Amino acid sequence: MQRRFARRRWGRFFNRTLPDSLGPRLVLIAMCALFLLPFWSMATAALKTTQELSTFPPTFFPRSFAWENFSRAVNYIPFGTFFLNSVYLTFWIALGAAISNPLIAYGFSRVKWPGRDILFGFVLATIFIPFPVLIVALFDIFAKLHWIDTFLPMIVPAFFGNPFFIFLMRQFFLGLPNEISEAARIDGANEFQIFLYVIMPLARPAVAVVVIFAAVAAWGEFLAPLLYLQDETKYPLSIGLQFYRQEHDVSYNLLMAASTLIVLPVVALFIAFQRFFIEGVTVGSVKG
Amino acid sequence: MIAAPRFHLSKADRRNLRTAAPFILPWVIGFFAFTLYPIGYSLYLSFNSYSGFGDATPVGLANYQHLVSDPLFWKSLYNTLYYTGLAVPIGLVIAIVLALMMNQRVREVAIYRAAVYLPSILPLFALTFIFIVLLNPRFGIVNYLLTLVGVPTINWLGDPRWTKISIVLLAQLGAGGPALIFLAALRAVPSELYESASIDGAGPLRRFRHITIPLITPVILYDLIYGTILGVQIFTPAYILVGGTSGSAAYTAGPDNSLLFYVFYLYKNAFQYSDMGVASAMAWVLFVISVLLALAIMRWSRYWVHYEVS
Repeated sequence: MQRRFARRRWGRFFNRTLPDSLGPRLVLIAMCALFLLPFWSMATAALKTTQELSTFPPTFFPRSFAWENFSRAVNYIPFGTFFLNSVYLTFWIALGAAISNPLIAYGFSRVKWPGRDILFGFVLATIFIPFPVLIVALFDIFAKLHWIDTFLPMIVPAFFGNPFFIFLMRQFFLGLPNEISEAARIDGANEFQIFLYVIMPLARPAVAVVVIFAAVAAWGEFLAPLLYLQDETKYPLSIGLQFYRQEHDVSYNLLMAASTLIVLPVVALFIAFQRFFIEGVTVGSVKG
Repeated sequence: MIAAPRFHLSKADRRNLRTAAPFILPWVIGFFAFTLYPIGYSLYLSFNSYSGFGDATPVGLANYQHLVSDPLFWKSLYNTLYYTGLAVPIGLVIAIVLALMMNQRVREVAIYRAAVYLPSILPLFALTFIFIVLLNPRFGIVNYLLTLVGVPTINWLGDPRWTKISIVLLAQLGAGGPALIFLAALRAVPSELYESASIDGAGPLRRFRHITIPLITPVILYDLIYGTILGVQIFTPAYILVGGTSGSAAYTAGPDNSLLFYVFYLYKNAFQYSDMGVASAMAWVLFVISVLLALAIMRWSRYWVHYEVS
C-alpha cells in the first residue's frame, strides 16, 4: 500500500521534472560541445605558452594567459599584408555578388519569356559541375590574359552570378506580388527602372543574405588563390597561414592565435546577422 | 520531307525576350567564359601534350592510357571514393539526428541551432589547422579524451589507416547547414498527419518511419547528390595536412599517399609536374564520374523518394 503510494509520488516527480525533451536536450548539448570543441581548443591553444601547449595531458584552460602570442603571431608572418589582401578580395567578391545576382535573378523571375524556366534549369544544373574540373583550363585561359598573380581571376567571375545566389534571389522575387510592377509600368517606368527603384528597395534583406554568404565564402577561399597567386605579397590569409609551418618547426600557439584572428570576424558577422544566415540556408528547403 | 518544328514567337513573347535579355546576359556570358569554354578547352587539352608553355601537341588517347596504367591515379580514385562513401552517409545521419532533436519541444533551440551551424561557416583552411592541434598524438585533446575511456592512442595524421578518417571527422563540422535544412523540412510536416496517425494507434517509431522519413526524402536526395559532388572535390584539408607540394610532401601526399585525393593528384599533375594534358584528362574523368554518380543516385532514389501528390 505504502509502496504503491511511493511509486506514484516518484512517478509524478519524474513526470514533472523530467519532460520528454530531456533526452533530446542531452543529445543536443553533447553535440554542441563536440561542434564547439575545435573552437575552444583553438582559443585556448592561442593563449598557451609553447611549454604548456606541449604538455600531456592537455590543459582545458590556460594556466597563464600568453597574450603576447597574438602580437608575436602578427609579426611572425606579414599578417597585416595578408589580412588586407583578404579584405580586398572579400570586398570585391561580395560587391560583384550584390550586383550580378539580383540582376540575373530578376530576368529569371519578374519577366516571362519563352524558355525561361528551361534555361533556369541549366543555371541550377551548373551547381553540380565540380569546380576542380575547370581549374586546368581556367588557369591556362587566365595565364593567356596575363591575369595570373592578380586578383582578377577571383573577382571577375563574381560579377557574372552564382547559381546558388541566383536561386536565392529568384525565390525572393517570385514571392513579390505582380501588382507593384504593374503600377510602375502604368506610370511609364521601363523594366530597369522598375528593377532599380521598385523591386531592389524591397529586396534588401535578400541581397544582405547574398552578400553575407559571398563574403564568408570569399574569406575562406583556398583553391583559387592557391592556383592564381604566386607573389607572396598578394597572398590572402588562407594561403599565407602556411608560413607558420616551416619544416620541423611549427609554432602551434602562434598558428592558433592567427586562426583566432581569422575566425573572429566570421563569428562576429554570424552573431550580428544570425537571422540572415538561417534564412539563407533554409531557402533551399522551400523547393523541397 | 518532315518539316522542322518552327519556334513561333508572338509579338509579346519577343518583346519580353528583349526585356529580359539584358538582365540574364551576365549569366550567359559568365557561363560561356568560365564554365562551358573551359570544359570544352580541357577536353581539347586532354588529347594533347601540354606543359602550360609553348604549343600543345596532339597525342590522341595517350593521356587517358597513361592514367589507366598509373597506380597513383587508381589510388587517388580509391581514396576519394573511400572518403566520400564514409563522409556523406555519416554526415546525412548526423544532420537528420540533429534536426530531429531540435524539432522536439526544446525552447532554447536557437542556442543549439547557432552552436551547430557556426562551424559550417568557418573557413575550412582554419578548421584544418585547428584539427592539426586537436588530433596531435602528443598533446592533442582528442587522444586525451580517448585515453580517458580506455582507447589506445591513435596516430590520426601519421597512420595511413586513420588519415582519411580524420578528414571524415573534419567534414562533419559542416553538418550544421544540412541539419537546418532538415529542420525546416520537419517543421513543414503538417501536424494533422501525426495526430491522425496517433488516433489510428501508430506509435512514435511507426510515425517516424511512415510519416517523417517519407516527407523528408526529397531533402535527403538533394543532400546525397550535393554531398557526393562536394565529396569528390575534397582537396583543401588534405593539401594543408600534407603541407602542400614542397619539401618531403613533394614525393608522397601523406603517409603511404593516403591523402592523395583525386583533385590533389589532378593539382599535382597540372602544377607540380606541369602535365596539363594528363591533368585535363583527369578533369574530364572527374566530370564524367560526377555526372554518373548524380544520375545513379537519382535513378536509385526512384525507389525511395516520396513526392507529395498535390
